[in-house]
Amino acid sequence: MIRLENVTKHFPGQDHPAVNNLNMLIPEGEICVLVGPSGCGKTTTMKMINRLIEPTEGKIYIKGQDTATIDAIKLRLDIGYVIQEIGLFPHLTIAENIATVPREKGWPRDLINQRVDELLTLVGLEPEKYRHRKPADLSGGQRQRVGVARAMAADPPILLMDEPFGAVDPITRARLQNEFLEIQAQMRKTIIFVTHDIDEAIKMGDKIAIMRDGKLVQYAPPGELLSSPADEFVGRLLGPNRTIKRLNLIAVREALRSDLLPAVPSHLSSEEARLLLKGSKFNVLAVVDRRNSLTGFVRGEQLKNSSVVPVSEIAEPSPNVIEAEATLNEALSLMLGCGSQFVAVVSKKGEYKGVVTLGSLLELVKEDVKEDVA
Amino acid sequence: MELWHFISERWPTILSLTGEHVLLVLVAMVVAIILGVVLGVAVTYWEPGARAVLYLCQILMTVPSMAMFGILLPLLGIGYKTGVAALILYALLPVVRNTYTGIRAIDPAVLEAAKGMGLGEWSILRRIKLPLIIPVVMAGIRTATVMIVGIAAIAAFIGAGGLGELIFRGISRYNRQMILAGAIFISALAICFDLILKQLEYRYGIRS
Amino acid sequence: MWRKLNRLRTVLVPVILLAAGVSATVYFVENATPMAARLLVYPNVLRVLGQHLLLVLVSSLLAIAAAVPLGIIISRPAFRPVAPVIEGIVNIGQTVPSLAVLALFMTLFGLGFQTAVFALWLYSLLPILRNTYAGMKSIGPEIIEAARGMGMKAHRILSRIELPLAFPIIMAGIRTAVVINVGTATLASFIGAGGLGDFIVTGISLRRTELIYTGAALSALLAIFFDDLLARLEKYV
Repeated sequence: MIRLENVTKHFPGQDHPAVNNLNMLIPEGEICVLVGPSGCGKTTTMKMINRLIEPTEGKIYIKGQDTATIDAIKLRLDIGYVIQEIGLFPHLTIAENIATVPREKGWPRDLINQRVDELLTLVGLEPEKYRHRKPADLSGGQRQRVGVARAMAADPPILLMDEPFGAVDPITRARLQNEFLEIQAQMRKTIIFVTHDIDEAIKMGDKIAIMRDGKLVQYAPPGELLSSPADEFVGRLLGPNRTIKRLNLIAVREALRSDLLPAVPSHLSSEEARLLLKGSKFNVLAVVDRRNSLTGFVRGEQLKNSSVVPVSEIAEPSPNVIEAEATLNEALSLMLGCGSQFVAVVSKKGEYKGVVTLGSLLELVKEDVKEDVA
Repeated sequence: MELWHFISERWPTILSLTGEHVLLVLVAMVVAIILGVVLGVAVTYWEPGARAVLYLCQILMTVPSMAMFGILLPLLGIGYKTGVAALILYALLPVVRNTYTGIRAIDPAVLEAAKGMGLGEWSILRRIKLPLIIPVVMAGIRTATVMIVGIAAIAAFIGAGGLGELIFRGISRYNRQMILAGAIFISALAICFDLILKQLEYRYGIRS
Repeated sequence: MWRKLNRLRTVLVPVILLAAGVSATVYFVENATPMAARLLVYPNVLRVLGQHLLLVLVSSLLAIAAAVPLGIIISRPAFRPVAPVIEGIVNIGQTVPSLAVLALFMTLFGLGFQTAVFALWLYSLLPILRNTYAGMKSIGPEIIEAARGMGMKAHRILSRIELPLAFPIIMAGIRTAVVINVGTATLASFIGAGGLGDFIVTGISLRRTELIYTGAALSALLAIFFDDLLARLEKYV
């Protein structure tokens, strides 16, 4: 847990403080995103945590201990640090780069080697292939991965990340974000993440701190931020399509309806299936096998026209299937893409769970829309 | 032919003069490298000092070598000491300048990352800055070495020994072979140093 | 303020150098020990200084006159095959120590002023030639292409585009050459061509410090003066 208490930073020669009387509590194991326009003080705030910048006033506590009382070098060795430019050491190999902090801490050699391989695997780089390469031999995305691995090398409980995915193309960025979220789900580090990109903030943050002119404007989880922005500035920062952005935060699982589209076991005949059709809102049935895995769909017309056969023979596969862990935004895109009123939802193992419909989506976001209109 | 005859006849003398010459250059270079790198690193922490030191080195370089020997001679006396001291002063500028600009040219992100990760200034210097500037400093060392091989020839006049003796003796005796031999061996020495150091520079070069 | 200070520097540096030279000379001449006093008199100082300047100026001007056109010629496309060869020769030539060059030409042309001028000329040719060639090559082909596209004739491109753009680099070469010449000219004494080296050499053999210091101070100040002057030209033209 990190606590900022009345933290102010006044740079010499500047009229206004870069950070103005900031109070914040960053819970353990969460990603806290600092976001705002350039010059709002977000990077300064972050750098005060590892004392690259010393606060003019106020105190910062890590696990209850005042950081000003800890030796700056010692403090930093226990805080991972990733910056946009990455700053990999060009004369060292990837392994040596990652080993920097463990070596500084005096870990035994074989433990370091083991840790390097572990981290390379974690960030999706094969150790055998990349261990002995130099940073110049890597692509931008790979360098970012090494940057993250290097920051986590000594397993610090806290990570500071300053626009860590800012220097790569949008597709790579999205992939790195997803991978990082997966890593974080296992690691549960306390992360301070600086970005100017509100979409990245919404995607990555457990909590988002919106800053402006050195002050904290709003500090809330992304859902709350989107549903009730504190003022006009936050509203503008979030942009006009807040509703759609909110869909990014809700898992399909939460809007799941199991009653709208019944499943039929694949060995049933088309005649028996026809009886179940009444229970379906869309004149379609899901076909599942013995393990309840979705194998396809049958439409009402198919059942009417066909002779008596097992439904498995007339079932057709369909693209509008989504995993329960996906976001509603992805579900919506899929619906729009397929021109369909619904998407079928399956578990990670492929078991059929039910559907998400356009109607249920509208229901969910209706509250926001009302507010927007008002 | 005459030249060949001269060289083969005086081979032991030439060899020992070459040894003296090489030693003179190496001693001066070792001192200049240590002094120059320390000075170059030190002034990166103190900008006004950097200007003064670089300006001073620049002036030292323009001073004619005969003048430099002349100025140092009354202080250090005839012989080896004056020779080495003058050579050190000449070799200083390329080493100091390249050390300083090399460190200044390091990507600030690299240094920020190092600092943010918790490396102390000494660790950053030893593990990041110095290894990174090796190629640039090597280039400075090469320039300096080639230059002082030539200046060391003049040092023979103040009794520092080396291949310059062949030239001075050749001039006073009006012996063309002796002058030619001196000129050829000094030039060859300069070219050898140049090639060897170029090779080293290349080996320590970092793909960026 | 800053600009004013800079302009002041343009005048100040030569004035300081001149003052230092004059006061050093006066000091050493007035305090000369009996053994040096015979040599260390004002007419003698002026004579060797004049010889030194003459050596430097004549050889440098001739070197500029020869090396700049030559550098331009070998930068033309027609000379592309020979340019690397000439560059290689220049590079090796520059590793030959100045003392060796002087001594070599002495064995060919004998002692004297003309031999020294020739040796200085040949030696200072190299940096100017190299920089002229490098300066011409540093101009992006797209600039020449654009000039040609606008209908400029070849000689106009050379005088209006290429030479002005290459000027700072050529100037840097001239600066290097002149400073080297001031230094090498002190060695001319060994082959009987006079110059400030006379004082240093004689001073060393007679062990007369004031004689050494007069020669050393004047030649050093002369080198710094030319270096400063040409550095200024490099920037302001």
